[in-house]
Amino acid sequence: MKVLVAVKRVVDYNVKVRVKADNSGVDLANVKMSMNPFCEIAVEEAVRLKEKGIATEIVVVSIGPSTAQEQLRTALALGADRAILVESAEDLTSLAVAKLLKAVVDKEQPQLVILGKQAIDSDNNQTGQMLAALSGYGQGTFASKVEVSGDSVAVTREIDGGAQTVSLKLPAIVTTDLRLNEPRYASLPNIMKAKKKPLEVLTPDALGVSTASTNKTLKVEAPAARSAGIKVKSVAELVEKLKNEAKVI
Amino acid sequence: MTILVIAEHDNKVLAPATLNTVAAAAKISGDIHVLVAGQGAGPVAEAAAKIAGVSKVLNADNAAYAHQLPENVAPLVAELGKNYSHILAAATSNGKNILPRVAAALDVDQISEIISVESADTFKRPIYAGNAIATVQSTAAIKVITVRATGFDPVAAEGGSAAVEAVGAAHDAGTSSFVSEELAKSDRPELTAAKIVVSGGRGMQNGDNFKHLYALADKLGAAVGASRAAVDAGFVPNDMQVGQTGKIVAPQLYIAVGISGAIQHLAGMKDSKVIVAINKDEEAPIFQVADYGLVADLFEAVPELEKLV
Repeated sequence: MKVLVAVKRVVDYNVKVRVKADNSGVDLANVKMSMNPFCEIAVEEAVRLKEKGIATEIVVVSIGPSTAQEQLRTALALGADRAILVESAEDLTSLAVAKLLKAVVDKEQPQLVILGKQAIDSDNNQTGQMLAALSGYGQGTFASKVEVSGDSVAVTREIDGGAQTVSLKLPAIVTTDLRLNEPRYASLPNIMKAKKKPLEVLTPDALGVSTASTNKTLKVEAPAARSAGIKVKSVAELVEKLKNEAKVI
Repeated sequence: MTILVIAEHDNKVLAPATLNTVAAAAKISGDIHVLVAGQGAGPVAEAAAKIAGVSKVLNADNAAYAHQLPENVAPLVAELGKNYSHILAAATSNGKNILPRVAAALDVDQISEIISVESADTFKRPIYAGNAIATVQSTAAIKVITVRATGFDPVAAEGGSAAVEAVGAAHDAGTSSFVSEELAKSDRPELTAAKIVVSGGRGMQNGDNFKHLYALADKLGAAVGASRAAVDAGFVPNDMQVGQTGKIVAPQLYIAVGISGAIQHLAGMKDSKVIVAINKDEEAPIFQVADYGLVADLFEAVPELEKLV
């Protein structure tokens, strides 16, 4: 079974981002970039499926600037077999990304596509679902457990009140939640080997996909700052403040 | 303009998040219709008809919609949605699961987790774990939007008298099926709707120690939450997680106990009206957002707090 994994290059999750002074966006110049944490989990799950003998080939795909090759090489070092970069310098919406992934899915014909549940930059949580809609496949979003058996996959999903298990016919789309697995680190020999693995570069034009968007970001602002709080000395003082000053209990 | 709101429910009870979503729809202004897709969800449709400001309820009753599998519900919403200017759903796990599938079927971009309505086509939403707020304009003929419940005060659940209309359309894609569900049981208020939330983090040390928080929560009528660290360590189930990847809460009072205050946790609670932090590390980042901070050992402070409130 062939598994396709989508990964995104995003600002590292530990970086506290700053909004640009002209409100055009957040300042990403000279900021550390990494693979989106949910995408790491997606790669790890694919590698585990391969280790179990279920997956035979792992293709990792990223859509973004040429620098996203770094994240693809990371995925290759973690165990993916080959990589595809759909190069696009502009900021793409989730729908545009889903359309590009659909073109890659048509080309590669994977049985399972694994994505992260959301990217920590745009926080959209849309791409996997949109890809599922465009391809007509079933979707197992927010997965905390994935079990492939025969021509179906059982996905345990994290939902608001607890967990839900659904069964999907293959091919299917799965998006990862945090608790699906603990991603491994790439070892130095594997990082060296990953440099020799194939990495194909495509363009939206070559895939015949229009990336036009109906959404426009007018401005990006910093959130309202909270006014500075105070430190209380005792529990008694805390209770007194909550009762008489904040009046919340 | 006519706005379609997707009801959040479990076939028995209408979830409160629906009221916040209708509130967002009311800010866009226009006729508001509510779609109840489920099986045997008559009581939900009746409850939806009573929501203030709702002019029509569409009740799609079919076995295919029983568990709201997106493969079946999304085509229904996309088909009905062609007659609407806006399609709204709460940014719950259900709404997030279904709506992007609808948007793609309609070939429009979606706007996720709006926190305010600027005009009928312009909305604000947080990005980068709430560290920036984007103002987004949509030129799509049908605007597909999920609503962050904490951004909008709920409309009244009573006072409306909308007509309920049955929808016959049945979509069964046959690509997915429901297997089982395991819901965590709790007598305390629902986390996202509670007026007071008491949350514990890694500092609780083990699951057993959460009893101190439960005791305090019961005295305050509060819900109990947790940081990702506490969930990952297995102290509590993951549906208690507050943060960027868990639940977003904005209660009147949020008490963070033994939580350092990572960016991802703050994304889930920093819109709370009053934040109290109890932590023995006075350098913990949580104190930067706390209105009242207490540097103390939580195992002494929490029982004492419980006695005094």
